Amino acid sequence: MTAFRRPRTTWWKTAVGLVLTALMLFPVYWMVNESLTRDQDMRKTPPNWFPVHGTLDGYRAVLHQQMPYLGTSLFIGLGTVVLTVAVAAPAGYSLAKLRPRGGGILSFALLIAQMIPGIIMAMGFYAIYLNLGMLDSVAGLIVADSTIAVPFATLVFAAFMTGIPAELLQAAKTDGAGQLRTFWSIVMPVSRNAVVTVSLFAFLWAWSDFIFANTLDGQGGAQPITLGIYHYIGNNNQQWNAIMATAVVASVPATVLLVVAQRYVAAGVTAGAVKD
Amino acid sequence: MNPTTQNRTRPVRGARGAAALAARPGRGSRPRPGTANWAGWAFLAPVTIYLLAFYAYPMYRNIELSLHHYTVRSFVHGGAPFTGLDNYRKVLSDPAFRPALIHTLVFTGASILFQFWIGMGLAVFFSRHFRLSATLRALFLVPWLLPLIVSASTWSWMLNSDSGVVNHMLHGLGIAPVDWLTSPKWSLVSVIVANVWIGIPFNLVMLYSGMQAVSPELYEAAELDGATAWQRFWKVTFPLLRPVAAITLLLGLVYTLKVFDIIWIMTKGGPAGSSATFATWSYQLGFGNLLPEFGPGAAVGNLLVVMALAFGLIYIRAQRKQREA
Repeated sequence: MTAFRRPRTTWWKTAVGLVLTALMLFPVYWMVNESLTRDQDMRKTPPNWFPVHGTLDGYRAVLHQQMPYLGTSLFIGLGTVVLTVAVAAPAGYSLAKLRPRGGGILSFALLIAQMIPGIIMAMGFYAIYLNLGMLDSVAGLIVADSTIAVPFATLVFAAFMTGIPAELLQAAKTDGAGQLRTFWSIVMPVSRNAVVTVSLFAFLWAWSDFIFANTLDGQGGAQPITLGIYHYIGNNNQQWNAIMATAVVASVPATVLLVVAQRYVAAGVTAGAVKD
Repeated sequence: MNPTTQNRTRPVRGARGAAALAARPGRGSRPRPGTANWAGWAFLAPVTIYLLAFYAYPMYRNIELSLHHYTVRSFVHGGAPFTGLDNYRKVLSDPAFRPALIHTLVFTGASILFQFWIGMGLAVFFSRHFRLSATLRALFLVPWLLPLIVSASTWSWMLNSDSGVVNHMLHGLGIAPVDWLTSPKWSLVSVIVANVWIGIPFNLVMLYSGMQAVSPELYEAAELDGATAWQRFWKVTFPLLRPVAAITLLLGLVYTLKVFDIIWIMTKGGPAGSSATFATWSYQLGFGNLLPEFGPGAAVGNLLVVMALAFGLIYIRAQRKQREA
């Protein structure tokens, strides 16, 4: 815990840590291993523990069949980020600094909104989109996906912006900046970390969304990668190397974000972010 | 508390701050005269409209669905007859109701129990200093960040009866193969195992952050008094961790209740409803059949909302208490 108490023999703790991590990540390893396995070896007994006769066939299949899905997911993810930040950041600023009368009720509503099951939202959106003719549209999916992130994002912005020194905002006011100007030129640049955390989660959640995609975009021409994998399993349960290769490719954003933005991820988890 | 620990615990405080902000409507906010109030609501306008259009309205449509008799035709052209609480009566007397309720409770209870204690064990382990500690802890987040379709299909393949690696391992131990996903006896266990795996990182990070806030001097004192590691955990760590643990558990509860993707992708709630929860049953009724039953589907969904809100309100109360403490 503290420096002076650090025992000299920490190597065995590292060893135990490595074993635990290996156990935890075994499914991830297995996914990668299977994605590189030849068709004829997929059902071998015992299985190949390492990709000894490695093949990139699975990845070739992904490149041929799944690229449009990946593109759609990227577009939906970015759209969701923009919508989420646009709606949540001003609200966070207001709740943290302007605190209008009745704002507490809104925060309460945001907290409740986080508890509504996805299936309920999916059914409601289905009914609404059916009447509006918005089923199978990318815009419709962006709106639906943003509902996963907006309440969380608003509360994260509010918590973060509470810490902005009042003097900073007072100085802007003294210089003659209006509320809008203060928000845009002072609050937003200072809140960069919150923007990164929120964007990261909004993107990941939209990228991973399955329930909205499956209910609201099941037949559309532009489907996200989660449906790409889902339909791939449905139509083709022989080529597991291709399925696992798609899964590996679909995990790339998560992996990249974990490496690049690790501390934002931890901040997001502890901010009460849970995948639903 | 030294500056580094303070820094490390900041996210948790942020979360508490956010929740506390929400949990005490009105209190603490000093209403200001005229312009500030006006500007405040101007900044809140987008999210207010958003909540009304994309939360309140879908919820309203759901309640409306559950009170009418909808067919595919009436769904498109309108004119579904009002049937009052018939859909709820139908759902409550459905032979699938009791199993779905039990599965929901078992799935939630078992998932929480295992992911919490495994997460706790790992948090204790990682709170000791050793080489690579931070890196390995970061790697533990991977399962939590993967898209659920990826984790669910990987687990499906690992648990495959004939070619799955899990049965190969069991074979190596001299245990007969298990039909993980295709036998009613094991399907619920299988989805719980996958869900626990996904839930461990969240519990680990929450509890780890909580432990960082415990002052090291307390451990020094306990050690000087001759407390064993076991005693140090139960007499020092655990009591001080209780507020964070309570929040972790309640959040886990609220979110596990509505788990849908994992179960649907791995078993579709089957075989024969043996892993169906309220979430998958609701979906099955509304979207899973050729002849959708939107009314009963919405009714089951609304029951799920009531359950989630019940736990949600406990969560909000706990948050408020913690803030007042």
